[in-house]
Amino acid sequence: MSIAIEVDSLSKRYRLGEYQAAYGTLRETLVHAGRRIMRKEHHRPASEVWALRDVSFEVPEGQVLGVIGRNGAGKSTLLKILTRIAFPTEGRAEIRGRVGSLLEVGTGFNQELTGRENVYLNGAILGMKRREIEQRFDDIVEFSGVEKFIDTPVKRYSSGMYVRLAFAVAAHLEPEILFVDEVLSVGDAEFQRRCLGRMEELANTGRTVLFVSHALPAVAQLCDRAIWIDGGQLVGDGKAAEVIANYLHQTHSSGSERTWSAESAPGNDLSRIRAIRVQAHEGMPPGVIDVRRPVGIEIEFDVLRRGKPLFPKIKVLDQEGAIAFNAMDTGERWLQPSEPGTYVATAWIPGNLLNEGSAIVEAAICSIDFPKLEHHAAVYEAVSFEVLDPGEGDSARGQFSGQWRGVVRPLLDWTCERA
Amino acid sequence: MGRTGAPLEERRTAVGAVDVSDPSPREPTPRGGDAANRVTVIRPASRLPRLDLGELWHYRELLWTLVWRDVAVRYKQTFLGVAWAILVPAFTALVYVIVFGKFANFPAGSTPYPSLVVAGVLPMQYFASALSLASLSLLSNLPLVTKVYFPRTLLPLGGVCVPLVDFVVGLPVLLFLIWKYDTWPSGWETLTAPLFILLAVVTVLGISFLLAAVNVRYRDVRYMIPVFLQVLPLLSGVMFAVDQIPVKWQWILSFNPMTSVIAGWRWAVLDAAQPNMGQVAVGVTVAVVLFVVGLATFRSSEPGFADTI
Repeated sequence: MSIAIEVDSLSKRYRLGEYQAAYGTLRETLVHAGRRIMRKEHHRPASEVWALRDVSFEVPEGQVLGVIGRNGAGKSTLLKILTRIAFPTEGRAEIRGRVGSLLEVGTGFNQELTGRENVYLNGAILGMKRREIEQRFDDIVEFSGVEKFIDTPVKRYSSGMYVRLAFAVAAHLEPEILFVDEVLSVGDAEFQRRCLGRMEELANTGRTVLFVSHALPAVAQLCDRAIWIDGGQLVGDGKAAEVIANYLHQTHSSGSERTWSAESAPGNDLSRIRAIRVQAHEGMPPGVIDVRRPVGIEIEFDVLRRGKPLFPKIKVLDQEGAIAFNAMDTGERWLQPSEPGTYVATAWIPGNLLNEGSAIVEAAICSIDFPKLEHHAAVYEAVSFEVLDPGEGDSARGQFSGQWRGVVRPLLDWTCERA
Repeated sequence: MGRTGAPLEERRTAVGAVDVSDPSPREPTPRGGDAANRVTVIRPASRLPRLDLGELWHYRELLWTLVWRDVAVRYKQTFLGVAWAILVPAFTALVYVIVFGKFANFPAGSTPYPSLVVAGVLPMQYFASALSLASLSLLSNLPLVTKVYFPRTLLPLGGVCVPLVDFVVGLPVLLFLIWKYDTWPSGWETLTAPLFILLAVVTVLGISFLLAAVNVRYRDVRYMIPVFLQVLPLLSGVMFAVDQIPVKWQWILSFNPMTSVIAGWRWAVLDAAQPNMGQVAVGVTVAVVLFVVGLATFRSSEPGFADTI
C-alpha cells in the first residue's frame, strides 16, 4: 500500500522574541536598534521554543490516524505545517494527493454576500475549481438544508445555518487526504454528528484522514491508529485504543494504587486501611480500564480488635465530583463482630456501568450506628482510574462517538415490538 | 448517521479499498495517476525568494474570486453602490477646479483645466485605493492567512485589481469633459493609454508588496498611508501640467512614477503635450526597481507571515 503522508524529522522552532516583536511598533524596534548602537549593547539572543522536535511518521493511504496530546503539545503546529500555513524549521514532509481540511470550516465566509455567493467564494478558497463547485452546488445546498435562504446574505443566518452551510462546502471538497482539527469543539451536537459522519464516510471510501482531537472517544472509535505528541515530540504510536490508554495513564494524576505502613495507615483503634488498589486490566496500562469489563477495587485493611461488625464500603465519583454510587459489602461474613487480622476485600464494579473519563474512589471501613454509618477508617479521593471505550461498537455508545453525558452509562436491555 | 456507509466493523476491514457498497451518490475522486501527480513537498523555507509563477497561475481562479468578492462587497455595503466610483472623482475634481483652477490659477498648458484635473484625479484615485487595499490586504484577510494555504502574493495582487473597476466606472466623467471641450485624442498615442495605467499598477504593486510585508510586523503602515497619499497628488502633477513648471522641478518630480503616469495618460487621452520621454524613463525605472525590491521583500518574508501576523 502506498504512503499518503510521509513526515520526516519535522521540527518547528519559535523564537520567543519574535512573538514579542510581532505586535510591536516600528518605534520600539528603532529605539531598540538605537540603544544597541549607542550603548553597544549586545544583541540578546531571543529564547527559543521547539514547538515540534524531530517528529517522523508515515500514514499509509486509506488510514485514519488520530493525533492526541495535551494543549500546546504541538498538535496544531504539526497540522499547520502539513497544511502549509507555517513552514517547518527543519525536516521534510511529503503529501501525496489532494488535501482538504476541516480546520477552516467557514473560513473566508463574507457576511455581506449571499449563501450562494459564499459557496463559490469558500469553495475557491478551499481549492475547488469553479466547474467543480457548479457541479456540486445542488448537493451542497441540499446537504446544508438552507435552500430557502440561499440568496439571503449570510449575516441574516442563524449561527446554526451558517455553520451548516460552511460545513456543507467543506464536506464536498472530495479530498484524498483530509485534515480535521478539533471540529468537535465547535457547533452543536448535530453539527458534530455530521462532521464525524462525513469523516467516517470518507474513511469508508478509502481516503486518508488525519484527525487531531481532544475527544478521545471519537479518536478511539474512528481511528485505526493514533500518535501521541507531547512537548513537541512523538511519544506514542500504535493502535488507537492502546495509545489512548497510555496517554490516559500518563496524564491521570492520583494513581491507581495507594498503600500505607502500619503506623501511617488511616483509621482508629478498631480498624485501619492499609492499601487500596484498582486491579489492572490485561492489555491496558495500570489505572486505565476498559469500559466493558468489570473493575476490581481492592481494599486491604486491618481489624485491630474485636469490637463491632465491620464492613468495607466504597464511594465512586466522576471527574466533576458527582457521586456515581455508594456500595458496601453486605455479605453475611460481616454480621458478627469482626475478628482481628488483615483482610483483602475486592469490590467488583460491573462492566458497562461507569461513563468514560476519570473515576475517583473513596474507601471506608464502617459499622452501622443507625441512623448513621460510623466510619472507622476512611480515605477520600484515595485512588482514581480512567475509563476508556476502545470504540469497538459493542459498548453502550454503539456506533456513536460524540459527547455522552451522564455519571453512569449502563448498557441496557432493550425490547422492541412492532405495534 | 444516515449517510454513513458500511458499519464500523465492516469499515475496519475495508480500509484502503474503495467501498463499493457505499450508498453515497458522489463518486470518489479519481485516484492513481491523478493523485500521484499531486505531491506536495514541505520543507523549510529557502532563504532566497522564489517567484513561482507556475503556482500563481494554478491559483488564478482564487485571485479572480477574491477580486470579485471585494468588488461585490464594496458595492453591496453602500447605498449608492457603483455611483461612488463616479461621485468621488467628480467631487474631488470639482474642488480642485474651483480652488486651484479659479483661485490659484494653476498652470494647465493648452488643456482645458477641468479635463486636466479629471485626467489626473482618476489615476491618482486608483493609486490611492489600490495602495490602501493592497498594503493592508494581509491583515484584512487574516482568517485566510492563518487558516488556508495559497500564495500570499495573491492578496496584494487582488488589492490592486479591485480599484481598476472603480477606475473604469469613473471614465465616463472624463469622456463627458472630452465631449464638452471637444478635445478628442487624434493620434496613435491613444494606444499607449493602457501602458501608463500599467505603469501605475506596477508602481502601486511594488510599494504595496513592501508595505504589506512590513505591516505584518509593524502596524504603523496604516497610519503612514494617509499622510503619504495627502502629499502625493501635489508631487504627481494632479492639479497642474508638469511641463508648465521649471525644468529642474520636472526632473525632480519624474522620480515619482505617478508623474509619468498622469502626464502620459493626459497625452494619450486628452491630446495634451507629449511628456518628456527621458523623464518617463526615470519614472519607469523607479517603478521597476520598486516592484522588484517589493516583490523580493514580500516573497522572502512570506514564510513567516502565519507565525508573526
